[in-house]
Amino acid sequence: MTDDQIVQVAGVSQWFGDVQALTNLTIEVPKGSISVLLGPNGAGKTTAIRMITGALSPGEGSVRVFGLDPVSSDGEEVRRRCGVVSAKPSLYDRLSGWDNLRYSAELYGLGRRADSRIEEAAGQFGIDAALDLQVGGYSTGMKTRLALARSILHGPDLLLLDEPTSGLDPESAVIVLELIRQMTGEGRTVLLCTHLLLEAEGLADEIVVMQHGTSLLSGRPDELAQRYWPSPQVHVTSEAGSDMDFLAQLPAVAAYERHGNTATIDLPDLSQVPELVEALVRRNIRITSVAPFTPTLEDLYFAVRREQGSTSDEAVPPPSTTGRPARRSRVAQMAR
Amino acid sequence: MNWSRTMTVARTDLKQLIQARDFWIPMVTLGSFFFAIIPFILLITITRIGNVDVVSQISAALDALPQSAQDQIQGTTPEAQTGYALAVFLFAPVAVIVPLTISTAVGAATIVGEREKGTGEFLAHSPASAKEIYVGKLIASLVPGYVTTAIGFGVYSLIVNLVVGPEVGGWFFPTAQWWLMILWVLPPFLAICLSLVLRLSAKVKSTAAAQQASGLVSLPLIMIAYSQSTGVLFGAGYMPIIVGAVAWIIALWSLSRGVRSVTRQRLLGVATA
Repeated sequence: MTDDQIVQVAGVSQWFGDVQALTNLTIEVPKGSISVLLGPNGAGKTTAIRMITGALSPGEGSVRVFGLDPVSSDGEEVRRRCGVVSAKPSLYDRLSGWDNLRYSAELYGLGRRADSRIEEAAGQFGIDAALDLQVGGYSTGMKTRLALARSILHGPDLLLLDEPTSGLDPESAVIVLELIRQMTGEGRTVLLCTHLLLEAEGLADEIVVMQHGTSLLSGRPDELAQRYWPSPQVHVTSEAGSDMDFLAQLPAVAAYERHGNTATIDLPDLSQVPELVEALVRRNIRITSVAPFTPTLEDLYFAVRREQGSTSDEAVPPPSTTGRPARRSRVAQMAR
Repeated sequence: MNWSRTMTVARTDLKQLIQARDFWIPMVTLGSFFFAIIPFILLITITRIGNVDVVSQISAALDALPQSAQDQIQGTTPEAQTGYALAVFLFAPVAVIVPLTISTAVGAATIVGEREKGTGEFLAHSPASAKEIYVGKLIASLVPGYVTTAIGFGVYSLIVNLVVGPEVGGWFFPTAQWWLMILWVLPPFLAICLSLVLRLSAKVKSTAAAQQASGLVSLPLIMIAYSQSTGVLFGAGYMPIIVGAVAWIIALWSLSRGVRSVTRQRLLGVATA
């Protein structure tokens, strides 16, 4: 394990009865990064988090966090340095917000700093005005904010966030994601689990795509995109799609594929797009849109899952003949 | 073991209990009936109204008590003797069930409740060890029982001494053997019951199942109550001291074994292969 890796999960497998929850799972979380575990429900994201804090011990493989083994006697130190927000906020409904935070502060041994830290954390997440109210009366958004405030009370080095925006309205979700971003600015490492691709978009420094308890691939989103889309792509839509097929013969076009009126064209360089447009105009083809394709995390996610031969019950969208989804057929072709 | 964390767990559980009016209002009502209302009404009826037939029947029933217990009955009139016997041998032992009921009800919900509410996840990821969580929850379950015992028997003593005391020559309750019972015999039995209840709470799938099962493990204390009410335990010389000593040994063993029942996996509600 290098000093740069806060979490190293190596070849971990775990069974719950007859069900294999994790299969040879490998994850590395670099220091100071936001790493995102992406995967459908049941992919093993929550189990992975439980392994990292030592709440569960691995059936096989090893877990090191801060260079320590969380299921050994070092577990207490690992858990003291972690802040966790679980998929359900795990709050005590009968207690006030203050009492919930106070409980955590005392378990984490904050001592005399507890009150000031509670006020600070609650203020940071905009929940300070509601601290005297019973948590049972909080909205879902307030509960999530309180859980987030609780997770940072003790100044953890590693934040483990399991679906932190689950059940939130879009505005609250955006606020929560912004707060997560701020936390890495303060030097923390964040491991975020989500099945919401938009949530991870723009937030992830590293992603790990999980399925059936194993990691399909991991890395920086731009590097992974480069791996799946090595040449720049442009999507061109015209009124009569078949008229564009001559583009496939142009020397500048590395690959050409068309679905309906939209063509997906690989070019060595995006600077050749004007030439492409010019060729179309010369033939009086009415272009309705020209758009360079920048793969999103969603594109990447489905590309990975398609490459791995996902089953239909997990809803990998089929290739479409209109608009952006054309790239997915391209991905499938590349994968083959 | 970090005692600060242990007490934090206990304190937080107790704080939640205080907030749970739907729990403690029925419990206070139950305690009021057993420690105050029923003893007061019956004792006042027997000692002041003096229905001769009823008193004679109860007085005759006292002959069924062991001789050593009969020797301790104070009072010169049938009303006084009946009042004394009921106060010492019937009402007080039955009231022992109240703290037991309260403690087992709290204990039964304590671990499975964390799992059901999802708060077990928070505890499982916290630095608190399984042992600290177990002991904290044990304390949180014992305290309501002991507080009920202290307050309940305080109120009960006041009532029986005010109602029956004048008939038997002054305040008499708690008798020396009842002090022994309250301070030496009951606590280990309560602890034994709770150690079993907490184990159940850690293992079963729902609070309802834990509460059903906890009824069974309450049997030892109910047996003690019966022993008291029939005079078997109470009038038998050194027997309470011996029973208490044995109960303490079993309680300490049972409590130490119970620590193993609380694991992070159980707080999360997962069963690994």
